[in-house]
Amino acid sequence: MAVVNITVNDQKISAQMGQTIYQAAAAAGIDIPVLCHHPALPPEGACRVCLVEIDKVRNLQPACTYPVTEGMVVHTASTKVMEARKFALELIISDHPLDCMTCEATGDCRLQDLAYAYGVKGTEFEGGRQHHYAIDDPNPFIQVDRNKCILCRRCVRACNYVNGVEAISVVYRGFNAKIAFGADSTMEDSPCEFCGSCVEVCPVAALWPKMSVGKGRPYQTRQVETVCSYCGVGCKLILHVKGNEIVRVSGADGAANHGFTCVKGRFGYDYVNHTDRLTKPLVRRYLLEGKPKAHAAETAHALSLPGNGHTPDPDMEWVETSWDQALGLVAQKWVATKQTHGRDAFAALCSARCTNEENFLAAKLTRQLMETHSVDHCARL
Amino acid sequence: MTNTFDDIAGYAKCLFIIGSNTTEQHPVFGMQLRQAVKQRGIPLIVADPRRIPITQYATIHLRHKPGTDTALLNGLMNVLVTEDLYDHDFVANRTEGFDDLKAKLVEYTPERVAEICGVKADDIRRAARLMAANKPTALMYAMGITQHTSGHGNVMSCANLQMLLGNLGVPGGGVNPLRGQSNVQGACDMGGLPNVYSGYQNVALEASHKKFEGAWGVVPPEDKPGLTVVEMMNAAIAGKVTAMYVFGENPMLSDPDLNHVRHALESLDFLVVQDLFMTETAQLADVVLPGASFAEKDGTFTNSERRVQLLRPALHPLGDTLPDWQIIAKLGQQLIAAGVLGERTEAIQAAPHGAWDYRNSAQIMEEIATLTPSYGGVHHWRLEAGKGLQWPCPNDEHPGTPILHIGKFTRGLGKLTPVDFLPPVELPDDEYPLLLTTGRVLYHYHTGSLTRRAQGLAAIYPEGLIEMHPEDAARLNLANGEIVEVTSRRGQVNVKADVTEKIQPGVVFMTFHFAESAANLLTNSAYDPIAKIPEFKACAVKVTKLPAGACENC
Repeated sequence: MAVVNITVNDQKISAQMGQTIYQAAAAAGIDIPVLCHHPALPPEGACRVCLVEIDKVRNLQPACTYPVTEGMVVHTASTKVMEARKFALELIISDHPLDCMTCEATGDCRLQDLAYAYGVKGTEFEGGRQHHYAIDDPNPFIQVDRNKCILCRRCVRACNYVNGVEAISVVYRGFNAKIAFGADSTMEDSPCEFCGSCVEVCPVAALWPKMSVGKGRPYQTRQVETVCSYCGVGCKLILHVKGNEIVRVSGADGAANHGFTCVKGRFGYDYVNHTDRLTKPLVRRYLLEGKPKAHAAETAHALSLPGNGHTPDPDMEWVETSWDQALGLVAQKWVATKQTHGRDAFAALCSARCTNEENFLAAKLTRQLMETHSVDHCARL
Repeated sequence: MTNTFDDIAGYAKCLFIIGSNTTEQHPVFGMQLRQAVKQRGIPLIVADPRRIPITQYATIHLRHKPGTDTALLNGLMNVLVTEDLYDHDFVANRTEGFDDLKAKLVEYTPERVAEICGVKADDIRRAARLMAANKPTALMYAMGITQHTSGHGNVMSCANLQMLLGNLGVPGGGVNPLRGQSNVQGACDMGGLPNVYSGYQNVALEASHKKFEGAWGVVPPEDKPGLTVVEMMNAAIAGKVTAMYVFGENPMLSDPDLNHVRHALESLDFLVVQDLFMTETAQLADVVLPGASFAEKDGTFTNSERRVQLLRPALHPLGDTLPDWQIIAKLGQQLIAAGVLGERTEAIQAAPHGAWDYRNSAQIMEEIATLTPSYGGVHHWRLEAGKGLQWPCPNDEHPGTPILHIGKFTRGLGKLTPVDFLPPVELPDDEYPLLLTTGRVLYHYHTGSLTRRAQGLAAIYPEGLIEMHPEDAARLNLANGEIVEVTSRRGQVNVKADVTEKIQPGVVFMTFHFAESAANLLTNSAYDPIAKIPEFKACAVKVTKLPAGACENC
């Protein structure tokens, strides 16, 4: 790639042909503020926050879209630039609710960070027109608050260039312009697959996970990087944890997923703390009382679910026990199985949803202690 | 997978997806493939009986009949050979058996294949020519290829095609089975299969026996494989298997022919189930042990790309639950204390890896690395930083292996194997006139024990459906949303109809996520003789419309 020599704020930089001013400056450690730009998405040039002054170019230009050329001289922090950026922010904030004290994004909001940096209070155009959109998209995953939307089009690009279904666009013109799903319908009525890539890149709280509303600000949560538990793609996720609960999931920069994930990975986590979770070992009463097992043929009803009209067999009732009691009992029964019926009377199914370490131990237990090769799992299912 | 997601998305010149509903089952990779088609303009060929979402981006959709994959693949290869479009250098230098394969392919002319598969002969020709003209093609498959009584042959045919095209050992090519569960690759790698120790060290080899006996002190005396899932169920009914241990798995919804599975599990003297929830399988157990979720433990998963990645605990295990590795380790200790090995307890105490006093999962990985050549360089400390390690990774200096079979196959030359088309065991007839095929949807996962307890997912896709073509529906005077009774030789379910052209006439589709309309009550447990994989993708059913209000549960 050809080298292009440019000067940024009196500093000489070697840039690559084809880079934008923003990319070249960032590579050299020079910070230019951006709002609509996102590194995973193609540049858009929508927000005017990255404006820079270029010698011999008449107007200020957006650094995120403007390509470098040989000998270019760029100023990123001149008075003219700073004033123009502040003005761009004032215009954006003139139609943005100043409800930061209750906003989900507070503490992790690009617009808030820039307003703070440039001293924009939202008083400059007080009394002007503002939008009052209803927050009413009925889908179960994503809250759409167009009042907070700054029309940066990151969501539009994420839907086009990360997912690809092109469910989001900007409709209408001028002050009436807004993001829309499908033909200005609901998210569910559009090609949306609820991967949430739009939520991932939204710089404000215009798109926010419904499940996370009111569950904690970004700085109140711990972030833990791990691997998704669903399919075999192996997306890396960041679990946002408050107390002992996952309150939000975002994509981590894993080799397979590069910062994005799918609907199950992002929104399918609440089973973890579901009230149905088993929390104690359970043993059938007959085992604790040393009785023989009544076989299903004789007590077909014993195993049935409540409400089927049968009286449950009291011997088959579940009893909560300690780990020691449950595991001791299991071990005794397995030893008895091996002694009475031989090694091949035992079989184990390990799990495609458990870790390598767990599966290795299960295979070891089956082979070394129970002395049979009858261990399999759902690989074929 | 022989290749990685990134090299396929970045360098493939053509994509061939057969038997994989990629955008619904591997959504993030599906997105990457969709981008490859949209941004780089490469051709996409999809072979699938259903009009799955990714067919919207396909250059050619070969909509073949379920269970005719080998015929279709042979047809594609027939064109490559007849029109002299195959990779002569690759075939000559890297493979053997070409003449035998060629002789077999003569039988599979596009016209004959068109008749077997229900696709146009010209589309077969066009697809083959596209693959030959745009090298490399990456081939992706999933359970649509494997879950047949001919599954083993189907996979061999995929390999045959990619060898004829010379698409192995190169970025953007490969034979790429997409694994459906977070650690199904790892569970296989760890020896969770009846015929191999970890790292696919065959139990039938004396060397494996000696190695593991040396390491653990005791191993089974026989060097023959144990039982597979379906065989275990049959053995339970026969009274040969009397005790089972099942963890993180729900065969009472995921296995074929559930009435048979229920009978098998009820025949056991003692069933132990370890899971997060009181699953359909746990309800049949004698002891239920509460395991921990992925967010509550550490350890590793191995993805479809053979990439080992580290899980980190984000939460304390709920209530009294324990990470599953701790439960299994405690069971191991209790078994030894209860005298499971009698006098031979000394043998395991003397063996270097015989003991069960694991302090953490990293220590287990050390044992795995010692005993498993392909994981020899995999340690938790290496996974802490970086992007994971792709096996084979034989030692601590090895960076891992993104692409397999570069320059040479494991066995030396790649073997081209003639494979004949075998139809599914059970085909529609007068009594059961429709062919049922099964799968999953985007919003749910396997037996639904997790996703149906995730509020959003349960809300957006609340119930099971049967997809049926409008022509078949018209014959039953059936409208969208009406309830039908579906019956096979093994069982019966009631389910809501989704009348759609996504499915072809004569074929119906159901998922196995929903216990109240469990497709696997209907499916056939007939399996491939070599791979032992059941034929989930094809069985015969009849569908009758139920009068409104006839079904209390629907």
